[in-house]
Amino acid sequence: MGERLLLRGNEVIAEAAIRAGCQCYFAYPITPQAELLEHMARHMPRLGRTFIQAESEIAAISMVYGAASTGVRTLTSSSSPGISLKQEGISYLAGSNLPAVIVNVVRGGPGLGNIAPSQCDYFQATRGGGHGDYRTIVLGPSTVPEAGELTMLAFDLADKYRTPVVLLADGMLGQMMEPVELPEPVDVDDLPAKDWATTGAAGRPPNIVLSFDLDPEKLKQMNLALQAKYREIEANEVRYEESDAEDADIVIAAYGTIARIAKSVVRMARAEGIRLGLFRPITLWPFPYEPLRTLADRVDTVLSVEMSAGQMWEDVRLAVAERAATPFYGELGGVVPTPRGILNEVRKHAS
Amino acid sequence: MPADIANMVKVFERPKSLTDARFTYCPGCHHGIITRIIGQALDELDIAERTIGIAPVGCSVFAYLWYKCDALQAAHGRASAVATGAKRARPDLIVFSYQGDGDFASIGTAESIHAANRGENITVIFVNNQIYGMTGGELAPTTLVGQKTTTTPDGRDPKLFGYPIRFSEMIAQLDAPAYVTRQALYDTKRIHDATAAIKKAFQYQVEGKGYSLVEMLSTCPTNWRMSPVQANEHVANVVTEVFPLGDLIDRG
Repeated sequence: MGERLLLRGNEVIAEAAIRAGCQCYFAYPITPQAELLEHMARHMPRLGRTFIQAESEIAAISMVYGAASTGVRTLTSSSSPGISLKQEGISYLAGSNLPAVIVNVVRGGPGLGNIAPSQCDYFQATRGGGHGDYRTIVLGPSTVPEAGELTMLAFDLADKYRTPVVLLADGMLGQMMEPVELPEPVDVDDLPAKDWATTGAAGRPPNIVLSFDLDPEKLKQMNLALQAKYREIEANEVRYEESDAEDADIVIAAYGTIARIAKSVVRMARAEGIRLGLFRPITLWPFPYEPLRTLADRVDTVLSVEMSAGQMWEDVRLAVAERAATPFYGELGGVVPTPRGILNEVRKHAS
Repeated sequence: MPADIANMVKVFERPKSLTDARFTYCPGCHHGIITRIIGQALDELDIAERTIGIAPVGCSVFAYLWYKCDALQAAHGRASAVATGAKRARPDLIVFSYQGDGDFASIGTAESIHAANRGENITVIFVNNQIYGMTGGELAPTTLVGQKTTTTPDGRDPKLFGYPIRFSEMIAQLDAPAYVTRQALYDTKRIHDATAAIKKAFQYQVEGKGYSLVEMLSTCPTNWRMSPVQANEHVANVVTEVFPLGDLIDRG
């Protein structure tokens, strides 16, 4: 591991992408992820890699599609309204089995919303987001160092499963500065070869990258292959964290920035005798249904806390399946819940 | 075999860069000619094995079937951006996009203009037949004033739908492009000229000269409700009045 640096979340994601061997980065400016774009503008050309400030989010994700087809590691980043524009390209990436990483530093919505932290894009990220029967792997970092680690992981998972991976951060994570030990750079020459990539058909039949077949039976087979891949991801890639859950009567289910705040709430609640724990999904898709279900058998209450009107809450209720009470507490519009505000909610539900 | 046949020299054949797949185009449509002369350019420059073709959405959505080169199928209008990504990732490869007028000059306007403005070292083949062929003959950005389409059943009224857009002239206003030309295919001389233009466009890319655009005035006998012969005459006598032929920029 290298030196310890004080860096902003957006910069850590950018630097981790560089260290993961990202060769091509394409994006359009938007707050609160602009530092990510600016970091890439400073560093990618010096490394002999590609940086393009695209004419639009749609162009940026289409450039990602072209670069990913040639087998290089490639990234785009944006924030909520820009991610909506990228959905066309994400659907094409998924349908064409192309690896790519998409960072969403989520801000308040809907519409133009605002530039404050939010988790209101959970549905969009975890349900595919664009047209068609597909999913993207969705990773939800909770701290600045973890944003770097999960960025590295995102590239590995994208390549392993030939699928787009979404890093779902929020404005708080993007803007916050923390001490970080940056991961060691990957040597791209050590990465597995991509024999499917469009690299020039010399000495082999042409490789064709597409998401298309007019024949319903053939398109059905393409879809079934995608679904088989998603079942494999669900079986192998679920990630989550449980803390203070062994003796808990009540747990908070939260991801990202809120999970971090919830750790303070756990300490405060335990100080006043409430046996509170935390369940933190790290993969938002695939969601850790089984681990949460197992935990729900042991606790009375699973309190979902989000910066949304209750989007992850739907997955929590699917997981808990009435084994425990599933109340919800959320803030909207870029308002970040305080530890005291969450603690008050915990008190209401603690027996 | 009679001696005079055995001694004959083969002067015309299917380009080696084309597969044996049959075209899906209607009789009299020029897409087949354009596909062929692209194959010829790939042959003559000997670049098929290091070329990526980008197929669009529209009648030429199957373009990936016809070349013996790697290929991608892009979202509608995004082929120039997809080509940008592929070319920047692998500058050693030759990248061309094949786009219709709806793809290139309507839904892909931003991607088309900005790829040209960055001077991306790619080749764009822009097929202008003034209509949406695949979806059933609707208004295109290039549809002539008065031309009947399924969405302008009384003819294109400029008060409601504007005028045919001369997209190549717009791109020719930019400082970056190396080569912008408009060609047609309605007779052998024009096919000869268009063949040379396509080869030049690829040659410029091979030499790293930057962005090249070849607009092809094409026919759509099916949706124009014309015979192939009438369609060729229409391009020669009517369409070229609105879309004049010739080089707009040559900075080679």
